[in-house]
Amino acid sequence: MIDVHWLYVFAGAVFASFAVGSARNKANPKRWGNAAFWALVAVSFWLGDILGDIGNGVLVLALVALAGAQLLGRSAGHSTTDEERQRFSERFGNKLFLPALIIPFIAFVGTLLFTYTPLKDIGLIEPKSVTLVLLGLGVIVALVTCYMWLRSPALAGVDEGSRLADSIGWALVLPQMLASLGAVFAAAGVGDTIGAIAANIIPHGSIFLAVLLYGLGMVIFTMIMGNAFAAFPVMVTAIGVPILIHQDGGNPAVIGAVGMLTGFCGTLMTPMAANFNIVPAALLELKNQYGVIKMQVPTAIPLLIANLLILYVAGFHL
Amino acid sequence: MIDYWPLLGIALVVLGFALKFNPLLVVAIAAIVTGLLGGMPFFKVLAALGHGFNQNRNVTMIYIVLPVIGMLERYGLQQQARALIRGMKRATVGRLLIIYMGFRQIFAALGLTTIAGPAQTVRPLVAPMALAAAEKEHGELDEDTAERVKAMSAATDNVGLFFGEDIFLAVSSILLIQGALAAFNIQLTPFQLSVWAIPTAICAFLIHGIRLMLFDRQLRRRK
Repeated sequence: MIDVHWLYVFAGAVFASFAVGSARNKANPKRWGNAAFWALVAVSFWLGDILGDIGNGVLVLALVALAGAQLLGRSAGHSTTDEERQRFSERFGNKLFLPALIIPFIAFVGTLLFTYTPLKDIGLIEPKSVTLVLLGLGVIVALVTCYMWLRSPALAGVDEGSRLADSIGWALVLPQMLASLGAVFAAAGVGDTIGAIAANIIPHGSIFLAVLLYGLGMVIFTMIMGNAFAAFPVMVTAIGVPILIHQDGGNPAVIGAVGMLTGFCGTLMTPMAANFNIVPAALLELKNQYGVIKMQVPTAIPLLIANLLILYVAGFHL
Repeated sequence: MIDYWPLLGIALVVLGFALKFNPLLVVAIAAIVTGLLGGMPFFKVLAALGHGFNQNRNVTMIYIVLPVIGMLERYGLQQQARALIRGMKRATVGRLLIIYMGFRQIFAALGLTTIAGPAQTVRPLVAPMALAAAEKEHGELDEDTAERVKAMSAATDNVGLFFGEDIFLAVSSILLIQGALAAFNIQLTPFQLSVWAIPTAICAFLIHGIRLMLFDRQLRRRK
């Protein structure tokens, strides 16, 4: 059965190729720092399950040391110039979009096949990993297509992949680091503390104030943890179930579903949700690393208000 | 008595991000300080950090698409995305992004969350298209405006994803809600929950859609 470990092997190879590409890029004065960084990520994918917890911890500290000492840099390296790209785009035309659509197409068809047809029962792919396996398959097919159709030099994939990886830099592993910070926060009892604080300031007698506290608690705790998933169980335990559902008789489906979505408004406003907010800023080469968040706040706040109204009206008055 | 000490880690994160220290460094220090204050010995904190990192490798997996995107950029994908938009007379930044948001929400609601994203679609396609639409209508953009157009492209991708995915029954957040409530003997089906994601999805489309139309007007007024 194809499971997530196959993907780890492949991802390790991709990151190893970033290391090779970074090392080849002589235009980057800090190329060895980049190469070491991606090599460590490759080691994590390949050997993470053998290293043990302490070993992985040391690997994390090494990544942090490289980033913290500012040993990573970036530069264009072995790519084509803007003029060459213009000529290529005139030559290949709209057909250039086809390889880009291979990945979504395989994800789409594969998800349908493995969700709604008997294929899902033959045990080819482990059910939990279907999405990731299809992503990996899409990448392989798209890469092969590029090489055969565009007749690129053998190392083009290595150079171009590492060019993009270097432009994201250390931010690429920040989401994973924040997820492990969440694990440490949980182990140290941060959730219990926040739940206790929220439960202490519960207003009695006003459903609206209780809804407000539940919603704002979701938003603030999500902003701290960078993830509504960590905030949800805490707020549901502190306010959602005891006050809104049991004491005030709210509709549990609304309290649950809209409560989570209220947390998502917080996700739009926090640098802790790095994969959505910080990595894209790096990928788009924005000068302000908080540029994406700044564009999202004016949507998040009215949507937060809308969610509070949905919670109040649909949760208690429908 | 509430134990407030673990919250110091949160304060460190906020402070570190505000002072723009390297975020990896901030996160690692916050994790170690929080663990130590929570009464864990150093090696236990280090193990918890390593364990968490290893368990969350899936988060970083998405970047295996970078070689494909980079290869296509090498052969002019961004230039072609721009050319495509320049050929459309009625295209504006706002209209383009509203259509993208609609598709993103619908696909996410069908469970197809990984088909788009910052690396897969925003950098190679959506942002160049939005820039081309802006340049077509408003001429050469100053750096600040170009930056805002790119940031809006990424923001629209996030809004479409976040407020579409919960309509899908088998998404992890729906399963998490179901599990968290089941712990209190409140039994709900995924369908009962995902139906209640629809009103918020509509609100998100309307609110962000209006902002995108206002964004067009702002760009027009700059001239």
